[in-house]
Amino acid sequence: MHAIVHNLIHIAVVLIAPPLLVGVINKVKAFFAGRTGPPLLQPYYDIIKLFQKGSVISETTTWVFLAGPPIALSTAILVSLLIPAAGSAAPISFEGDLILAAYLLGLGRFFTALAAMDTGSSFEGMGASREVTFACLAEPAFFLGLATTAKLTGSLSLSGMFGPELASHWSSAGASLALVFVGWFIVALAENSRIPFDDPNTHLELTMIHEVMVLDHGGPALGMILYGASIKLFVFAALLVRLATPIATRLPIVDWLIFGVGILGVAALIGVIESATARLRLSHIPVLLVAACLLCGFGLILLAR
Amino acid sequence: MELFLVAMAMLLTGAVASIVATRAPKIATVCGVAGAVGGCLTGLAPTLRVLAGGDRLESRFGWDAAHGLIRLEIDPLGAFFLAPVFVLGAIAAIYGGEYLFAYRHEKRLGAPWFFYNLFLAGMATVVAARTAVVFLTAWEIMSIAAFFLVTFEHEKPETRRAGWVYLVAAHLGVACLIGMFMLLGSRSGSFESAWEGLDFSALARTAANPPYATLIFLLAIAGFGAKAGFVPFHVWLPEAHPAAPSHVSALMSGVMIKLGIYGLLRILTMLGDPALWWGPALATLGVAGATAGVALAIEQRDIKRVLAYSSMENIGLITTALGVALWGAAARLPLVAAVATTAVFVHIWNHAIMKGLMFLAAGSALHGSGTKDLEKLGGLLKRMPLTGGLMIVGGVAMAALPPLNGFIGKWLIYVSLFRGGIAVAGTRGSIALLAAGALALIGGLAAIAFVRLLGIALLGSPRSEAAAHAHESPLAMTVPLAVLAVLCVIAAILPAQIVQTIAPAIDQARGIAAGQTAIEIAKAGAAPASLGYFNFCAIVLFLGGFAATIVILRVRGIARGSTWGCGYARPTSRMSYTASSFAELPADHATPRFFRPKESRRGFEGPFPAADEYASSVPDPISERLYEPFFSSWADRFARFRILQQGNIHIYLLYILIVVTAALAWVSTRIPRGGS
Repeated sequence: MHAIVHNLIHIAVVLIAPPLLVGVINKVKAFFAGRTGPPLLQPYYDIIKLFQKGSVISETTTWVFLAGPPIALSTAILVSLLIPAAGSAAPISFEGDLILAAYLLGLGRFFTALAAMDTGSSFEGMGASREVTFACLAEPAFFLGLATTAKLTGSLSLSGMFGPELASHWSSAGASLALVFVGWFIVALAENSRIPFDDPNTHLELTMIHEVMVLDHGGPALGMILYGASIKLFVFAALLVRLATPIATRLPIVDWLIFGVGILGVAALIGVIESATARLRLSHIPVLLVAACLLCGFGLILLAR
Repeated sequence: MELFLVAMAMLLTGAVASIVATRAPKIATVCGVAGAVGGCLTGLAPTLRVLAGGDRLESRFGWDAAHGLIRLEIDPLGAFFLAPVFVLGAIAAIYGGEYLFAYRHEKRLGAPWFFYNLFLAGMATVVAARTAVVFLTAWEIMSIAAFFLVTFEHEKPETRRAGWVYLVAAHLGVACLIGMFMLLGSRSGSFESAWEGLDFSALARTAANPPYATLIFLLAIAGFGAKAGFVPFHVWLPEAHPAAPSHVSALMSGVMIKLGIYGLLRILTMLGDPALWWGPALATLGVAGATAGVALAIEQRDIKRVLAYSSMENIGLITTALGVALWGAAARLPLVAAVATTAVFVHIWNHAIMKGLMFLAAGSALHGSGTKDLEKLGGLLKRMPLTGGLMIVGGVAMAALPPLNGFIGKWLIYVSLFRGGIAVAGTRGSIALLAAGALALIGGLAAIAFVRLLGIALLGSPRSEAAAHAHESPLAMTVPLAVLAVLCVIAAILPAQIVQTIAPAIDQARGIAAGQTAIEIAKAGAAPASLGYFNFCAIVLFLGGFAATIVILRVRGIARGSTWGCGYARPTSRMSYTASSFAELPADHATPRFFRPKESRRGFEGPFPAADEYASSVPDPISERLYEPFFSSWADRFARFRILQQGNIHIYLLYILIVVTAALAWVSTRIPRGGS
């Protein structure tokens, strides 16, 4: 009974909360810029508005163009069901699901890139090439981080790896976990097209990475893309929070409270980074991603004492 | 077992009948296809019986000569490899009937069907052979039949080059194999018992003797690796696969290269316990091959070369898993060995299905548009909706993404590496986990290769007249694709059942009691059943989401326009991104420097520069920097022996006389005096 309630709460949170993160990031950025900024709930209004609009679809495109947004959204939702949220296990969890989570995100990216190339636009082909390349460099960092936590906990399930078992290792292998945390934070910024990798607010096609891939999508399809992107951001934030605070008290309310504060904290941190740094030159992005791989790799090697 | 012999007879009958009828293309095609399909279906019956029952079928015959025993046997390990030979053989034959028929005005069709059936019979006999002589004979038949199939379009110089490279690689490989069997035979002293001395069971009894076992293992890697496409023996793959007719490429890539893995597995069962370093060495070789293959796949312009390099990548993954399995066996980690061996077997079947699908689909693209150059394709999905859609299924599977079958094998490899890394403390465990990181990079690169392949060839607008006028293939070419795509989906949602089916073969390869692997997999917590269930739900969710999207878009209203081009209203295909541009960023930033394309550029000079020139090419770096200098320098040295070649038959007769006399003289000195 308790598990069912927990799962229902989990599903409700991962479906409802994600756009709020984007709102928080925007508020923080507005605060640093000395503006009032859009309302906290603006991302919700945007998504709802987009779902009410019609769309213009290029004549060059095929069904693949329409399949991109729903597959990207579905994969994000599926991954969000594999990630442990507060204290207890995720709704879907089995041995080996960590690999599944990473590859599901890969599937969403695969179809987003295909949908972009379906338009026959030079910009979108360019964006697709950039997105898959940078994701490919981020992938090893993500896996090496997973390997570190798996080595510590002996579990191959995300729920086991980021459960209370991990908490005891912060004292013995804290350095490794801290390295992984930093590496994963870089990965989260890259995967969610945040500064310094990509500027979600840029208006010049040639400088975009993710945004340029979805130029031709509009209306409900764009709404799905924005919603899916916010769920993906939530997933990464949740992983970071669970890595940093893998605790489970006996009180679910306290767990959820810690988790919620942590998630908002990650969003605020992203907002601060976006306010404080400029985006990198495109040719420097791989260097930072390789640095993330090295951080996670060092975290792993430190365990081999 | 009689059915197996009947199947071989049907294949040979089809072969002979088609060459007899070579002047009538229709009859030759019908004979060839009927022989192949009939033979394959007949052969499938004993194969499935062995897989289902776990028993063995055997037949022995032979003639009264030294090493004259002919022993054929189907055991679970053999049946596992026979299944793709027969399934893909029949599907590719049906496809090939239509595909080759387009050449009927230019070429005789008897010979390709003769060699196609011979190729199938050769592959089946390689798997069933249980004596070294039969094995090597069948291996040669398979290799030479494949050579004649590759050189089908021998009027093209690049095809002749491909055939030549393939022939040399195949024979360097077989030379290693002959050496390996001689070493095995001499160790066991079995040359003495003349009739059945080279029987596999006789060879196996005395093979495990450490210094020799190592040498045999290395010869097996070189000999079988040349066929499977291990780095650096892979150079024939990217030449031969694009040159061969597509149904043959499908069979070569889907099945023939796996027989290299089969040979390695068979020899490993004879060698007994592996040494501790074999597994890590093999896994390193596998990771190197996978990295090289996928890095080169990203940059190719020819669709079939992309697929050939992707085969090299997948063979690398299979080798990695095999290495992990050997390591697990040697380091007494049965759970790791169980999962890794399962990964080897599962990925062999899955790769056979999905690579067969991709090569046949690439053949349809070539058939429909007349080109396999990515820079000239584009927009094929609109013109070939069925073939294009099935190719997307194959591409997602090849990129090893869930919810399709390519992911299952990769998932098992990851699980085995993670399990090994967790179980073993210290540096060795960390290396296993770092290898998982390398695999993640390879997976990301594979996704790039297939996004590029599908996105450039199928989507966007056509980049040439040929692609603009592409036509959908006839049913005989689309139905085989559909069958393979359905098999991909079935393999993705029923992995637990497949593992159960092939468990006897896995047990046999690991040399353990039947049923042991299944128990260990359950213990290792690798849950193929959960993954299959998840895949099923995911497929349903994706299809449902897609349908819902279309409904929502329809309800809200859809207007048609042109693609966004910063306000430019008349986009043309020349404005779309090219395959080479797409590959530039990943090639420059995510692949090893060694594998990057070679570029040449004249550049601007002087105050009044002329037009610039730019060219880029992607030669295989190992072929270009290793083999070509080596072989050309030796070719120069051997050129001195031209003096022996006078082209005069009398001189050759003189040579024969000299050699025979010398041989007799040598033999007569070695016979003991007064001896018998």
